[in-house]
Amino acid sequence: MKIDDLLNHTSEWLKGTGPNSDIVISSRIRLARNLSKYPFPHWASKTQLDEVLNDIKAAVSKIDMLKSSTLFILGDMDSIDKQFLVERHLMSIEHTQKTEKKALLVDDEEIIALMINEEDHLRVQLMQSGFNLFEAWSIINRLDDELAKALDYAYLDDFGYLTACPTNTGTGMRGSVMLHLPALVMSRQIERVLAAVAKLSFTTRGLYGEGTQASGNFFQISNQVSLGHSEDEIIENINGLIRQIIEQEAQARQILLSKNRAVLDDRINRSFGILKSARIITSQETIELLSMVRLGSDLGMFKDIDRRTINELFITTQPAHLQKIENKKLSSEERDLKRAELIRKKLNLL
Amino acid sequence: MLCDICGKNPATVHLTEIIDDQMNELHLCEECARTKSSAMEQQFGLSDLLAGMVDFEQQNKDEGIPAVKCPSCGLAYADFKKIGRLGCGQCYNVFRKYLAPLLKRIHGSSQHVGKSPVRKAKTAPTGAAVPTGASAAASTAAPKRKADLQELKAQLAKAIEKEAFEEAARLRDQIKKISSEQKNV
Repeated sequence: MKIDDLLNHTSEWLKGTGPNSDIVISSRIRLARNLSKYPFPHWASKTQLDEVLNDIKAAVSKIDMLKSSTLFILGDMDSIDKQFLVERHLMSIEHTQKTEKKALLVDDEEIIALMINEEDHLRVQLMQSGFNLFEAWSIINRLDDELAKALDYAYLDDFGYLTACPTNTGTGMRGSVMLHLPALVMSRQIERVLAAVAKLSFTTRGLYGEGTQASGNFFQISNQVSLGHSEDEIIENINGLIRQIIEQEAQARQILLSKNRAVLDDRINRSFGILKSARIITSQETIELLSMVRLGSDLGMFKDIDRRTINELFITTQPAHLQKIENKKLSSEERDLKRAELIRKKLNLL
Repeated sequence: MLCDICGKNPATVHLTEIIDDQMNELHLCEECARTKSSAMEQQFGLSDLLAGMVDFEQQNKDEGIPAVKCPSCGLAYADFKKIGRLGCGQCYNVFRKYLAPLLKRIHGSSQHVGKSPVRKAKTAPTGAAVPTGASAAASTAAPKRKADLQELKAQLAKAIEKEAFEEAARLRDQIKKISSEQKNV
């Protein structure tokens, strides 16, 4: 697979299927792992990082689950291609910087992604569409066992998996769920919900993970604590919390429908109207309007728009995706024009 | 991610500051964010914040941080304080005394209870670059379970003391489960 092939591919997590996919976009689990033989990436020499990369490549080649996958060497890639992979949620923003000896392995379905030599030697990520953490865990757990047969992980019985930053030590596990919560935002209940999330030692982040702000109505909620609880317990805890938030969002949607139907109809249809007719549009405005259209689609207002088309637009209207589609560098003004064009094409064809 | 200011607690507040079109991001723990937000109100810029951080590093130096370096990778504990990252797996053994309380502050526990690596037979399991007697070949399930049990019992005692009965019930069930598993071995 070449990077350009990804352009015509819909990532598994964007398919808009899976449990509760009206409110939950995707579920993600990542495991942080290090090889015992080498210093952590920030403290290792180039030669050592090279050996880490080779060891992991060798291990991966023996694993059936990773048979159809592609390795991207980040040092060889231009900034648009790297940004493109971030926009697809295959890797972190941190992985685009100081790229020497950094690599990314992606399976053809874009379910599994392995970041090599990021903050830790290995960050294994698994993405699922909808609310599906248990399934994600069962797959990544198997993959982790396969990798451990070939790689000697840094591990101590009392501290668990050893990571560069002590905030990841223990299970090395971070489970995240990406939620779309427009009704809680509109009814101004979101602050209360997020405050409760923080109190329970979970973090809320934006669309692109660590260090990004929540944008539009999207919130990524993940566990903070990785030590002292088993993986199953951590997932149970996130699951319980997310289930409550889903319930609250569903309730808020029903209240909006019954008490403010006209206002809601107006906002959703106006958003759809702007998207269908705008000639210039920024990515921020796009996300906000698409969020409304997605809500309309979830509430059954648009019979012929499927969730997958909307989900795809969230990603293909991002800067690097637009530039890959046009196959050239575009200024911010040029992108706003091309973005509007792409959206019109996709929505008017429906 | 640890707090940019104290380097001790996990960062839960993410601040974006824009000065002359330059965007700066700060990741702070709740406590430092609270202190900083009152400072921000008095029109403090990022340079002031950074100066504050350096001061903090200075203070820490006076608190007698061990000069010992990790024999495996050469990282000193002071380096960790500065960059917030350990050097290698062996650092966890070398700085155990300081890391255990830190991990407890971050996670509420310093005892791992999750899965352990599946290893091929005959590979020497190591905690890090230099295998130590303590960790070598010790990753079989039984001793780990025993350690779990002790930790759980300690947690149970604390929970009862705090009158956190729901938590206590959960711990009790876990202890029961592990004890019965041990009997079945």
